[in-house]
Amino acid sequence: MTNAPVIEVHDLVKTFNGTTAVDHLGFTAARGEILGLLGPNGAGKTTAIQMLLGIIEPTSGTIRILGKDIARHRIAILSRINFSSAYVSLPQNLRVIDNLRIFAGIYGVANWREKAVELMRLFEIERFATRKTGQLSSGESTRLHLCKALLNDPELLLLDEPTASLDPDIADKVRKLLRRIQRERGITVLYTSHNMLEIEEICDRVIFLHHGRKMAEGSPREVIARFNEQTLEQVFIRIARDGELQSAEKKSDA
Amino acid sequence: MNLRRITALLLRYLLLYRQSWTRIMEIFFWPVMDLLVWGFLTAYLLKVGSNRVPALITFLIGSMIFWDLLYRAQQSVTISFLEDVWARNLLNIFVAPVTIAEFLTATFALGVIKVLVNGLILALLAWLLYSFNVFQLGFTLIPFVLSLMLMGWAMGMVTVALIMRWGHAAEALAWGIPFLIQPISAVFYPVSVLPSWLQAVAWTLPSTYVFEGMRQVLATGQAPWHMFWWSLGLNVVYLVAAGVFFEYMFRVVRRKGLLAKLGME
Repeated sequence: MTNAPVIEVHDLVKTFNGTTAVDHLGFTAARGEILGLLGPNGAGKTTAIQMLLGIIEPTSGTIRILGKDIARHRIAILSRINFSSAYVSLPQNLRVIDNLRIFAGIYGVANWREKAVELMRLFEIERFATRKTGQLSSGESTRLHLCKALLNDPELLLLDEPTASLDPDIADKVRKLLRRIQRERGITVLYTSHNMLEIEEICDRVIFLHHGRKMAEGSPREVIARFNEQTLEQVFIRIARDGELQSAEKKSDA
Repeated sequence: MNLRRITALLLRYLLLYRQSWTRIMEIFFWPVMDLLVWGFLTAYLLKVGSNRVPALITFLIGSMIFWDLLYRAQQSVTISFLEDVWARNLLNIFVAPVTIAEFLTATFALGVIKVLVNGLILALLAWLLYSFNVFQLGFTLIPFVLSLMLMGWAMGMVTVALIMRWGHAAEALAWGIPFLIQPISAVFYPVSVLPSWLQAVAWTLPSTYVFEGMRQVLATGQAPWHMFWWSLGLNVVYLVAAGVFFEYMFRVVRRKGLLAKLGME
């Protein structure tokens, strides 16, 4: 195992029809670290994650994951990482076990049934194995997504608002479980959420984005102290509002 | 290409049918309805009487079955893609280590299965209802069927590329594209019926050679192999062109972020 960063993003830019979604972004994530990517809607978090997954092509800049350039080794990288988002679904009309079987096949998991049962047991959804995915509650469905995301024992997990739409109780359970699995397996996690309490609880380090630009970086405690605020939520609000102000000033100067 | 991934993708589409009677019905419903309408129409023409009618019956039923096979081959590619769009599963597939070639191959394989099942059911029904034995000519027609499938795949690739680029607004193309070529493919009538300038266009389509060839097989019992080779040659050109177009469109949607958008809408 090397100490090289799992994610290395350098001078990343993405523009859509003249609008800059990600603006000269650079960061790294170390092995076993949980890195929060934060910011208001439209900050560029999802675009950045999708560039890391290779489904959006950067305008410029480089992304290296597990030491390889995503532009050149996309398939090799994707087989070692995984992704879950509150905004994508697994086929609702397939049974839970069938969805896991299919993705186990896609990721080349040996002994798929053993692996699927182990994960379903871990996330306490084993009893729903033969139920149609569409019949699961939001919490159960989120846990199934996480089972899918862990099928290939990923070295890097990209989680885009994984607990959105969950009630506080289930969200808390999911977070604790994720934290436990992440520690046990030494997985690197890139995590986005609008829930700042959740971020404070789960992330080792955070990056705040606004209009695609990095506004702050550090551990939650460091960032809170740097902005002289009490909570990460207050930092979030300040960055969102000051960022808007800065953008307006920049436009009027131009 | 990785066979394991292709099998997993194929399984994803096949399992949908195990879970749903309505999907199974969808495979058979339209072909059977078409067969009934065209079959009974030709039976009526037979009653009206004409010495050309028995041949006409054969041509119409044969054309209907062949058209359906082409349509199913195209649909297997487009509907498989749309299934993942509708299920919001597209990103799960494209952020997995799946290459475009593997994805398309799985949909092609699904097409082969659907065409086989469909063809057998239609052949059985045509035999039971109209005493039309599609196998009476041995296996002469099989190469023509295979050629039609290739064209269906090429059309499917182009359709999916357009849906990727223009999103939900272009979904109707999944059903509409095959009908763009139907009038000039001489599906239900010979090419000679078309105006001469349109005949020139018709002969650029592989399907025209297949339908003309099929009619000759049915009329004479002899396969016009030059028609088959023309259709196959054109299909190779069309498949390569469709592949290049798909690859180009995939690059465009990645640059514009449209695949991600389509997958999350």
